[in-house]
Amino acid sequence: MNITVRIWRQHDRAAAGRMVSYGVDGISPDMSFLEMLDVLNDQLTAVGDDPVAFDHDCREGICGMCSLVINGIAHGPEALTTTCQLYMRHFNDGDTIDVEPWRSQAFPILRDLVVDRSAMDRIIQAGGYISAPTGSAPDAAATLVPKKDADRAFDAAVCIGCGACIAACPNGSGMLFTGAKANHLGVLPQGQTERHERALAMVNQHDAEGFGGCTQIGECTAVCPVGIPLDMISFLNADVLSALPRKQD
Amino acid sequence: MSISQMRHAPRFASTLAKSHRMLACWLGRAYGWHMGTGQLRSVRSTAVRSSVMLHAAMAVTGLIMILFLLAHMYGNLKVFEGQQGFDGYAAYLREIGQPLLPHAGALWILRVILLASVLLHIFSAFVLWHRSRHATAGKGGWRYETTRNRRGVQRSYASFTMRWGGVVIGLFVIYHLLHLSVNAIAPGGASASPYQRMVNGFEIWWVVLSYVIALIALGFHLRHGIWSAFASLGANKSVAGRRFLNQLATIVALLILVGFLVPPLVIFAGWVS
Repeated sequence: MNITVRIWRQHDRAAAGRMVSYGVDGISPDMSFLEMLDVLNDQLTAVGDDPVAFDHDCREGICGMCSLVINGIAHGPEALTTTCQLYMRHFNDGDTIDVEPWRSQAFPILRDLVVDRSAMDRIIQAGGYISAPTGSAPDAAATLVPKKDADRAFDAAVCIGCGACIAACPNGSGMLFTGAKANHLGVLPQGQTERHERALAMVNQHDAEGFGGCTQIGECTAVCPVGIPLDMISFLNADVLSALPRKQD
Repeated sequence: MSISQMRHAPRFASTLAKSHRMLACWLGRAYGWHMGTGQLRSVRSTAVRSSVMLHAAMAVTGLIMILFLLAHMYGNLKVFEGQQGFDGYAAYLREIGQPLLPHAGALWILRVILLASVLLHIFSAFVLWHRSRHATAGKGGWRYETTRNRRGVQRSYASFTMRWGGVVIGLFVIYHLLHLSVNAIAPGGASASPYQRMVNGFEIWWVVLSYVIALIALGFHLRHGIWSAFASLGANKSVAGRRFLNQLATIVALLILVGFLVPPLVIFAGWVS
């Protein structure tokens, strides 16, 4: 396959960026999207150009490091797929593919396609923990969890924190991410102690980072590579609304 | 650093951004604008200003307005009872609660509640509008260089016309109050009889057209608004729940659209005169 990629090149935070076109030849349809970028970087290095900086780590869809808005869609055109698990066979020979970094006020661009996603870490720090006694590990079956709650917690806990929901949201909202991170603790018995304070603290941090509000459009859940359901946001909203009239726990 | 500093924003976007900064300025004074100062405020007083609470406020005020719309629609359909029935109903609305309440007392209580709802709805909308523009460097879903998939993957027409649709509805309500409530503009001739005002107005094609356009805008606004109101209040708790709320929104939006369209169209067709 021979393709053309138009890639956002930006030297550093302060520099102005622009889209630059590159031809990439001899791509196998079985290559992943990131492998195609590796080939491009080999080409660029060979002629003495700067390689394109992009985030990646496990390349098996579980770490949440890879990002990229491909042709305007976070993680590209395939549903339930991270960029590293997207294969070139989903494109056609001769295609021009636009590749851009996540765009959000809270995600400054560090270089090319790499953005700083620490805003999401700070949301987790604000409330993503439980109080537990230290010492020897408790008996695994000491606290019983209803199947429904366990399933819901797991639905939330599969969030890999990649930030696609924020990149795709027309409001630049991070509520799907925040909802997932609050709920995977909030629905379990172990997470009840801080449930309400957690919801308030995480929503406050979400707003403080400069993310927008959720208007329930659903672009986030549509691009989410692990399929976090939209109802995570409603669960978080319900926790915030019921926490407000209470005194601090 | 803003995305607009990194990229060359189109000129119209920078003009919009300027007017937005001015708006943010007075909203900021009115609302304790600057977020991220959790040190100074308690967790709860910060959360009261959160986007979650603003959306809850929009949801509750929106639902109050929908209840009003349903009652208003019912009243409009009284046009089929003829002039006596319609004008009698209008007079009855002013007698509700008498003698406990003064003449038109119940109506004025309703008007105050509605006005407060409208103002809170618009205020929350502008604060949230500002926040989402800030979060996306003023470009929303159009913040990527590529022109592909600008309408996203699955978002509906109703969802991305909420804000400008709301502006259209707001302007329409002013026109509508001047026309049929205050009787300040009277296309087709003023009259003391509400029935006569309605019939006079809707015999003119451009009056009917303006109402049809506004009602279509309202229909789209309600289609996304009803669903998102319940979801914002925490009612979307499963896949089945999401489906139910979306169906409910479609049904109520269609009911209100059709219920309000029937009287003007019937009058225009000459079946009621």
